[in-house]
Amino acid sequence: MAAVLWHSRVRKYEAELNACRAESVAVDISDYHPLKPIMVTESKSRRNARRGSTSSTTSSSSSSSTAAADPLSSLLDGTDPLSLFAAASSDVPTLTHSASAGELGRRRRDREEEAVGLDFEPWAAKRVEILARFTTTEKLSINLFMGSDKGKASSPSSAVSEKVRTRLEELDDLEEGSQRELLNLSQQDYVNRIDELNQSLKEAWASDQKVKALKIVIQCSKLLSDTAVIQFYPSKFVLITDILDTFGRLVYERIWTMCSDPNPLPEGFSPDDVNDTAKETCLNWFFKIASIRELIPRLYVEAAILKCNRFLSRSGIQETLPRLTAMIRGIGDPLVAVYARAYLCRVGMVVAPHLKDCLNKNFFDLLATFRQIHGDSVQNQLGLQRVETPVYLTLYSPAIHWILQCVSYRAPEALLTEMMERCKNLGNNALLLNSVMWAFRAEFIATRTTDFIAMIKQCDEAGFPKHLLFGSLGRSLASADPAEAERLSILNDAWKVITKIRSPQDYISCAEIWVEFTCRHFTKREVNAVMADIIKHMTPDRAFEDAYPQLQSVIKKILTYFHDFSVLFSMERFLPFLDMFQKDSVRVEVCRSIMEVFIKHQQEPTRDPVILNALLHVCKTMHDSVNSLTLEDEKRSLAQLINGFIRLVSFGRDFEQQLSFCVEARATFCNLEPVIIQLIHTVNQLAMETRRVMKGNHSRKTAAFVRACAAYSFITIPSLTSIFSRLNLYLLSGQVALANQCLSQADAFLKAAVSVLPEVPRNISVEGKQRSSEGLLLDFINNFMATLLVVPDHPEQGVLYLVRGLLNMVQDYTWEENSNAKVKVYLSAIPLLAAMSQESYLYTIPKVDSNETLYGGDPKFMAEINKLCDTLIGQVLDHLQALGNGEVLRKQSTLAFSVFNALLAHGDLRNNKLNQLAVKLWNLSHKHGHCDTRASVRTLEHIKHLAQQPELSHLSETIPRLSLQSRA
Amino acid sequence: MSVNLDVRLKRANKVYHEGEILAGVVVLISKEAVQHQGISLTMEGVVNLQLSSKSVGVFEAFYNSVKPIQLITSNIEVVKPGKVPSGKTEIPFEFPLQAKGNKVLYETYHGVFVNIQYTLRCDMKRSLLAKDLSKTCEFMIHCQPQKAKVLPSPLDFTIAPDTLQNVRERSSLPKFLIRGHLNTTNCVITQPLAGELVVESSAVAIKSIELQLVRVETCGCAEGYARDATEIQNIQIAEGDVCHGLPIPIYMVFPRLFTCPTLETTNFKVEFEVNVVIVLHDDHLITENFPLKLCRV
Repeated sequence: MAAVLWHSRVRKYEAELNACRAESVAVDISDYHPLKPIMVTESKSRRNARRGSTSSTTSSSSSSSTAAADPLSSLLDGTDPLSLFAAASSDVPTLTHSASAGELGRRRRDREEEAVGLDFEPWAAKRVEILARFTTTEKLSINLFMGSDKGKASSPSSAVSEKVRTRLEELDDLEEGSQRELLNLSQQDYVNRIDELNQSLKEAWASDQKVKALKIVIQCSKLLSDTAVIQFYPSKFVLITDILDTFGRLVYERIWTMCSDPNPLPEGFSPDDVNDTAKETCLNWFFKIASIRELIPRLYVEAAILKCNRFLSRSGIQETLPRLTAMIRGIGDPLVAVYARAYLCRVGMVVAPHLKDCLNKNFFDLLATFRQIHGDSVQNQLGLQRVETPVYLTLYSPAIHWILQCVSYRAPEALLTEMMERCKNLGNNALLLNSVMWAFRAEFIATRTTDFIAMIKQCDEAGFPKHLLFGSLGRSLASADPAEAERLSILNDAWKVITKIRSPQDYISCAEIWVEFTCRHFTKREVNAVMADIIKHMTPDRAFEDAYPQLQSVIKKILTYFHDFSVLFSMERFLPFLDMFQKDSVRVEVCRSIMEVFIKHQQEPTRDPVILNALLHVCKTMHDSVNSLTLEDEKRSLAQLINGFIRLVSFGRDFEQQLSFCVEARATFCNLEPVIIQLIHTVNQLAMETRRVMKGNHSRKTAAFVRACAAYSFITIPSLTSIFSRLNLYLLSGQVALANQCLSQADAFLKAAVSVLPEVPRNISVEGKQRSSEGLLLDFINNFMATLLVVPDHPEQGVLYLVRGLLNMVQDYTWEENSNAKVKVYLSAIPLLAAMSQESYLYTIPKVDSNETLYGGDPKFMAEINKLCDTLIGQVLDHLQALGNGEVLRKQSTLAFSVFNALLAHGDLRNNKLNQLAVKLWNLSHKHGHCDTRASVRTLEHIKHLAQQPELSHLSETIPRLSLQSRA
Repeated sequence: MSVNLDVRLKRANKVYHEGEILAGVVVLISKEAVQHQGISLTMEGVVNLQLSSKSVGVFEAFYNSVKPIQLITSNIEVVKPGKVPSGKTEIPFEFPLQAKGNKVLYETYHGVFVNIQYTLRCDMKRSLLAKDLSKTCEFMIHCQPQKAKVLPSPLDFTIAPDTLQNVRERSSLPKFLIRGHLNTTNCVITQPLAGELVVESSAVAIKSIELQLVRVETCGCAEGYARDATEIQNIQIAEGDVCHGLPIPIYMVFPRLFTCPTLETTNFKVEFEVNVVIVLHDDHLITENFPLKLCRV
């Protein structure tokens, strides 16, 4: 096709802008902001928000100050919808279930548990803890005799039939396979077995085999009298009482359903509401249980169905609880007895939390039998099982904790004092003391801390481990404060003992707790001393290797109380403390938590060399943990933390130091690309900041500095692997260099960008998926060309050197097949060229002379531009023609239309050739009916609008030649 | 063709007293109409006595059992021969509970050698081709409450080596001292047996302390009488080496059916005793016996 002679349309940007601008309404910027009403809406309750939004649009409002808060954070505090929902849903589930009678029963129970209050730590929480803590590697056994249970008073009518019956029963038993002894079970096997039993209990119940269910429960509770493998006993207790709870619930719900016909029982039903059949069934259960031969099963099973007493009489529970309490005295083994008491208290708290006396009675009985623990039979047993006394004593803790927790719950001060006095008077009371400290109100303990310390000191060394005592005390002090005056002496006294603990494990578990107290009430001096002590204890034999969790928690506690990092790092022992974390994963974890706290609490940028040094060290540790196996997510979050740190570093006006910091950081964090990117941004920002300070007029010194910044970016960018980061940063840095009048640097950046272009792969992976890079590339090129407008030509290179370079690259680039991308680039180069040919440019950079000034509208320059345009249009038209051959008419039509638009906007249509070309293009785009008619109509209207302007009046002649498709 | 025949008493606990009316319904459930030759109800109260093989010979025990004593018997025809419609049919009935002649309705009791049982049987006679249907249901009689007030008779006891009888080698016995008391030996059958027991000292560890409830049944017959004591139930009240000096509760619920108020008639006697059994770790077994008198108020 013959060359069209391109002529750019002359644009008067100012006038066009004025013409386009809608009638301006004077709005005070500070008053009106499109985002403001939204922010107000989110930060206040809905009703207020509506008022807020109206006021902010109508008149100036004072709510701008509230709006200034970060909309995200204000959204999160208080009315976080998720937490609200979670709070609401916690009591919803019971309602969503169908209200069957069984569910009703359950709901009732929930209600009653609530009567205890939320501040009561529920059994469920303890349960998990116990299971995790009391484990064994020894072999366990389950001994179940489901067979003829002689104690069950099932004496038949005659002696003869008795034999027959037993025989039949034996047959049954064989079928059930129920008489068995399982030996050599590992702990997990044991747990599984118990689970199975729980399951078969439910099945037996569901299939109406009530007697079998009862047998299972009896046999299970019988296991509780067995103290072989004593270390496992607490866990066994937990597992088996689960079964008992299930059983109790099943019985209660069954009787409940029996009376719920026709109407369910009311909430606070009385025995009179219960029908006779239900009562009889209930009574039957109690008679059956009363005839269980062994003490322990009888006790546990009756406790399990304690609640059923409600069906029989008002005072049933009240009478039964003390009786059961007294019954426990018959249990000789103190450990078994104490757990039985714990169970009774547990059931008691659920069923009748108001019956405090019984709880107290349990505790006093416990005190009365306390000497049993040190009795001969216990000692013999321990000898047999080779369990040491301190270990044995800790087995009591969960049960005694629980009993005391029940006793002390909302108990009057006087009672607590009495309890404590009683414990004090018993010999060898460390175990009790421990539980008292654990279970009583922290405030109660805190006010008597000195007494407690004295008591602990008196305790027998051979008995209960002292570190546990101090641990419990520390635990209370962590949540309640002792009197101000006593604090120091408390710390001194406690630490004197703690520091003497020999075993590093015991030491650290205790020290960890006391760190909190120290941090809470004392200054860095004491905390430093504590850390020094910990280091001293944990370093020998690399003891710290086994105590990472505790050490980590020490750090966490310190971080919660010390937010001022200059204080934190001025503790000499802090960094040596960190050095104890030698396992990489833990080390990184700790560094991470430090950085998180820093980013969260450091309000202002810092230049404190101590902080910087230390944090740089911390960040370096994080960075160094990255290797080829590190996950992407992990890298990203590490990089985010380091970036957060870099952003918080500022040397104020000392730009040079900031730059050298960046240099150092670049060397340190070379493996994390996001950090490098952040550093480049920081340096660019630094350059711009310099420019701002100098108000655009660089002195010789600042100019050199800015060039140094550019150099920094220039040598850093190539190390990035992500091609688009590289491109964008080149462009950005080029712009910054340009803004700072570093022309050759800017040139170098842009040249580098152009030279990188061919390397752009056609597909890049975005979040693990392969995507075409075309869109990104086009975006970049457009952006790049926009910058090129203001870049002055290099004096030693030819005219429009960079534009040509870019276009050449585009030409050589291997685009995707069947893609219009190349043509699109050409098309978008036309506006650039058209803009370049204007007398004064749309935008310029202060103190940088663009081509407009350099060439001053030189006709040679113009001719060069026009020639370039001709080539481009020629290329585009070639492409259009090629499209006409295939099945891609729609593409052709669209493309033709956009070429037409480009001509219309940027070409001088007074030129005949151009005019003809435009008309041809219009027709081409409409030829095959693939054109968007609405767009055509709008375009026509636009042209008519333009034609009204005097300098574009020639367009009115063109209009008749542009026919619409629908009319064709 | 399946017919379901059932007898349902009005009272859920099936407990009646002499002079009351035993009321209930015969329930017939069938999918089709049922042809029958009449439905009848038989109410019967019997004391069965059996001689133990210990007191008389084995064969005598088997064949020579004492004739049962009928306390009450009554028979009524509920429905005349005919047809029962399909579906569920309920036929109410009532029996006056009145003993024969000058006899008394003893309380229901299931023992080994003495059994006092009351039953209600429903029979449905049918034509030759179909089997007769029968359904038996037991009901309980509680004897009239005793008029006189029960006088509490508390009992303190001490068990020590020298209080024991029937000891073979007194010298081999370990030293021990156990004190205790029963709240009363005149027990109300609906109230548990209660008391306390304190192990004051024991040279050998205690393995277990149990309460053994024992029935003593006496049957008179031509050759004289047979008296046998058998265990009803055994309830453990202490397990393991219990804390010395601390009172342990004695508590036992009297099982239903297997106990009744102490009974003494011309032909037989039913009495109860409780044994406190202490098992020591060296398997020494120490038993202390306490006769009880049960009554109903």
